Amino acid sequence: MTLACGPVTFRIGSDWAAPIKALDALYSDYPKPQSTIPHFTVRLEATRWWRRWIAPSIAISGDFRLPEVAPLALGMGLLAAEMAMNLQVALGDRRFLLIHAASVEKDGKALILTGESGSGKSTLAAMLALKGWRFIGDEFALIEPATGLIYPFPRPTSLKNDAIAAILALAPADRFGPLLRDTPKGDLRHLVPPSDAIARMHEPARPTLLLYPRFGAKAAVRDVGKAENFVRLTQASTNYVALGETGFQALTRFVSDVPAIAVDYPDSATAIRTVNRLWKALG
Amino acid sequence: MMLRYAAPPPGACLRDEAEGLTLLYHRASGQTHILIEPAPHILDALADAPMTEGELLATLAAAFEVNQAEAVGERLAELVAAGLVSTS
Repeated sequence: MTLACGPVTFRIGSDWAAPIKALDALYSDYPKPQSTIPHFTVRLEATRWWRRWIAPSIAISGDFRLPEVAPLALGMGLLAAEMAMNLQVALGDRRFLLIHAASVEKDGKALILTGESGSGKSTLAAMLALKGWRFIGDEFALIEPATGLIYPFPRPTSLKNDAIAAILALAPADRFGPLLRDTPKGDLRHLVPPSDAIARMHEPARPTLLLYPRFGAKAAVRDVGKAENFVRLTQASTNYVALGETGFQALTRFVSDVPAIAVDYPDSATAIRTVNRLWKALG
Repeated sequence: MMLRYAAPPPGACLRDEAEGLTLLYHRASGQTHILIEPAPHILDALADAPMTEGELLATLAAAFEVNQAEAVGERLAELVAAGLVSTS
């Protein structure tokens, strides 16, 4: 099958029908790719030929591969496909500077949330997208070096563990994928972005505010200086080194133009209030 | 013979300043360096002409009021190791 998300087109092949069927359902709202030439190929293959049938085990493969990615059981085909798509983009894309971050947009201006896994950026972005913001992406911020604009990559959000119930209370039930229990990341369920985010997935936005959220800490807000921000973003980027000079220019421009603030928060309500206050203060 | 130290030729690096730190992208190696004073001053001083360590110390003292011979020696060695300063 082929599928397109924002400026990226994938061709996905699988030794089994089930993962493709699950992907088809999850991406049913997304328009079919206009181009027949994909940017990346993703393959979900049996770890041994006989493991197509006996204790099926999926190995992630494609144009780029990492040796340490562990195989997954067939029941986790959707997770395997999503991980494989992320891997291809993370290692292979050279058109954009990729920052591991979630982003939302309002009035053409993008709010970017970056941080470690578990910082709550995905949950926050999903909540903001249900409160009037346009969802731009959950996995990567795609920064175009020539313009500095962020291009949407609105893939379904991988909600994990407690975040699943928190978002189930807010979003319509038909926007959720199947519940995947006991994955290597815990319980996992995909949330399909709002229709508006998919319809506008070719509309870029101007980066305006960068936040470093950190869930579970006492509420606090701290400006992140340009030097610290630069270093942290080189670590949050999957292709800064590969882009060379282009990456340096794109990142120095980004840290010069976009203020960065670290936000510690004990609960989502506090985080949303803080985000709204900081956004308003920008004027 | 005394070693002479030289900075990369003009255009060999991209440079940006960030809160007292210098971000330097070295085109030849593709590496990004984050420099703290007096390293950027050393590169600036050497940009005019190759010089010995003694001449460099005198230039830094006159132009940037940098008078820490030991620190300059250490930074200079680091810049050589990083491939940003060459010797002849």
